[in-house]
Amino acid sequence: MTTAIRVQGLGKRFRLGEYEPYGTLRDTIARGATSAARRMRGRAPSENGKRGKHVWAVKDVSFDIEEGEVVGLIGRNGAGKTTLLKLLSGITEPTEGRAEVRGLLSSLLEVGTGFHPELTGRENVQLNGAILGMRRAEIRRKFDEIVSFAGVEEFIDTPIKRYSTGMQVRLAFSVAAHLESDILLVDEVLAVGDLEFQRKCMGRMEEASSMGRTVLFVSHSVASIMRLCPRVILLDKGGIVRDGAAGDVVKTYLDSGLGTTASREWTPDTAPGDEVARIKSVRVLDENGDAAEELDIHRPIDIEVTYWQYTDTTGTSPSVTLKFTNDAGAVMFASTDMVRSDWYANPRGPGEYRSVCRIPGNLLSEGQVFVELIFASTNPAAIHWMESDVVAFQVNDATTGEGVRGPLVFDWPGIVRPMLDWTIESKGPLHHRE
Amino acid sequence: MRSDLSEGTLDSGGRDEPIRHDLSSAPTRVYRPRKGWVGFGLSQVLAYRELLFFFTWRNIKIRYKQTLIGAGWAVLQPFFMMIAFTLLFGRVANIPTGGIPRPIFYYAALLPWTYFTSTVSSASESLAQSQALITKVYFPRVMLPLSFALSSLMDHTIAWVMLVILMVYFGVAPTLTIALLPAFVALAVVSAMGIGLWSSALNAIYRDVRYAVPFLLQFGMFVSPVIYQSSQIPEAWRPIYFLNPMAGVIEGFRWALTGVGQPPGLHTIGSVAVAFIVFFSGLWFFRRTEGIIADLV
Repeated sequence: MTTAIRVQGLGKRFRLGEYEPYGTLRDTIARGATSAARRMRGRAPSENGKRGKHVWAVKDVSFDIEEGEVVGLIGRNGAGKTTLLKLLSGITEPTEGRAEVRGLLSSLLEVGTGFHPELTGRENVQLNGAILGMRRAEIRRKFDEIVSFAGVEEFIDTPIKRYSTGMQVRLAFSVAAHLESDILLVDEVLAVGDLEFQRKCMGRMEEASSMGRTVLFVSHSVASIMRLCPRVILLDKGGIVRDGAAGDVVKTYLDSGLGTTASREWTPDTAPGDEVARIKSVRVLDENGDAAEELDIHRPIDIEVTYWQYTDTTGTSPSVTLKFTNDAGAVMFASTDMVRSDWYANPRGPGEYRSVCRIPGNLLSEGQVFVELIFASTNPAAIHWMESDVVAFQVNDATTGEGVRGPLVFDWPGIVRPMLDWTIESKGPLHHRE
Repeated sequence: MRSDLSEGTLDSGGRDEPIRHDLSSAPTRVYRPRKGWVGFGLSQVLAYRELLFFFTWRNIKIRYKQTLIGAGWAVLQPFFMMIAFTLLFGRVANIPTGGIPRPIFYYAALLPWTYFTSTVSSASESLAQSQALITKVYFPRVMLPLSFALSSLMDHTIAWVMLVILMVYFGVAPTLTIALLPAFVALAVVSAMGIGLWSSALNAIYRDVRYAVPFLLQFGMFVSPVIYQSSQIPEAWRPIYFLNPMAGVIEGFRWALTGVGQPPGLHTIGSVAVAFIVFFSGLWFFRRTEGIIADLV
């Protein structure tokens, strides 16, 4: 067995703080002058000056991946997963350590990045394929397969700017999925498109691994990681927390609260909050009251927050406010249990309380939804705890023709997808054409 | 133009490799901090030559999308400059043109000069503009600035049509020296690539370059024999004057076409030498900064 990827003491440092990603010459000169002056005074240039603040996105990471292995990479946002993939694909250069990659590697960090809106689907497939490292003959040979996999045959000679986002993503993923590389790095791309297309993508990844290709797969979705990867590496703050069998590592991940899941619970010792109140659990529930990560767009969804209140409240009682963000980072709406003034405005004694927010069916759009929790009181004013991405869930819209889209199955616009009432009536025969 | 690339005329040596199931014989790539001599990266340019062709083709395709007169711009720009020069420098300043009609004198210089400026200005923005691509996919970034040197050749070729019309109209026959013309076009490509490599890499790091490039290009026209002949430069200064590679290109281009100006000689060697020094140092500098470009753009 050959080692496909060998990583030894790999580290990547970025500058923080006042650092502008796009510097000007003046800054560099000014910085150079300051450090030269410091050196002359016999002091080393400060590492912690306002300009020199550094952060290690990846630090001291070592692992080996054997040929044919399928390895998952999990960790919360900012854990260093994407930076690690960028280092392995040569997009950015390490600050220290080394990485050895054996064989042809292709990375899908974000699909469709080479797409140009003015070019047609056909032209973009050819260009994107070339950017991803495909040979011309290879593109020609696979062209039809790529287009039919994406399901955009009729629009292939239309400029991409006329495509819906979903169509663009499908086409882009399709190009990437047909790469004949030895090693495949995949980042989060499966979180796009409708359920049917996601299934297609998963199938393609399974195929790739069964053909003996080496795959390194990054995802938020514990479910797809578990399905695809026998081995998982858990990253946090740029370093490896655990590396081993998928079941064990995913358990560590979920237990440590490092991940974003649909259900989180705490013990009285670990519960986040303050002396007034602490959160016991936050869960996403389906109609039947069962915790669920994937929910049907047509059915109501409950967000349940339970907490322990330790003191008598005099002014107002602790309240739960939830903010809902989609996977594009757009805030869709926010809601608070303060609308129940009968509970909120009335002082009450210690105990366990439960607030449930019901999101009606046929309101949310398809995709990942992230929930931010603000657990606070207004009188006396205090934020007991707040956390973005406290839970997250996936909303799925089946393409069965019963949804908001009617018989149309293409990507549907809008950050919400309410089912609205339509009235259609006949107003009688034509009079002006008689 | 048919959009199907598979029927393209440029043969880029399509290689078609089967999937390897055994990696033991596969080449290994090593990533580590870049230190010391990094070379020019010519082998990478060769390995990715198909991509260079694709980028060039893309530049040409999108250049005049949604414009009214499209590729007509390639002719109009030098044409109107030529008219302005003819009226201004001909009538007012009365600069000698060596006996050929003024429009041809100016247009023959504007052809390589326009090629140079459009290549350098688009190449210097090429990295900053492809930010999304650079931070998400690996490919030799050097292909971006280089591709503009090739795609601008398309405009250059179109602009030739007007030169032919002018020569027929004024009854100016090309001299035999026209056989040397391709060499000067090639020198223009090398010069534009060299400056483009430097300015694109610097522009990815320092925003100042964006403001400096248009100014330097304007300035460059006055230190190149576009509106005058190099013979008007004092003899003692000429060796220095011709260290500007575009001085050699323009003087040579006009001479090869019309016989006006200095025939190639020692001074041309200066231009050629500087052009190649700038080109190879540009490749080296680009390669040196390549690893951090994705962090900076």
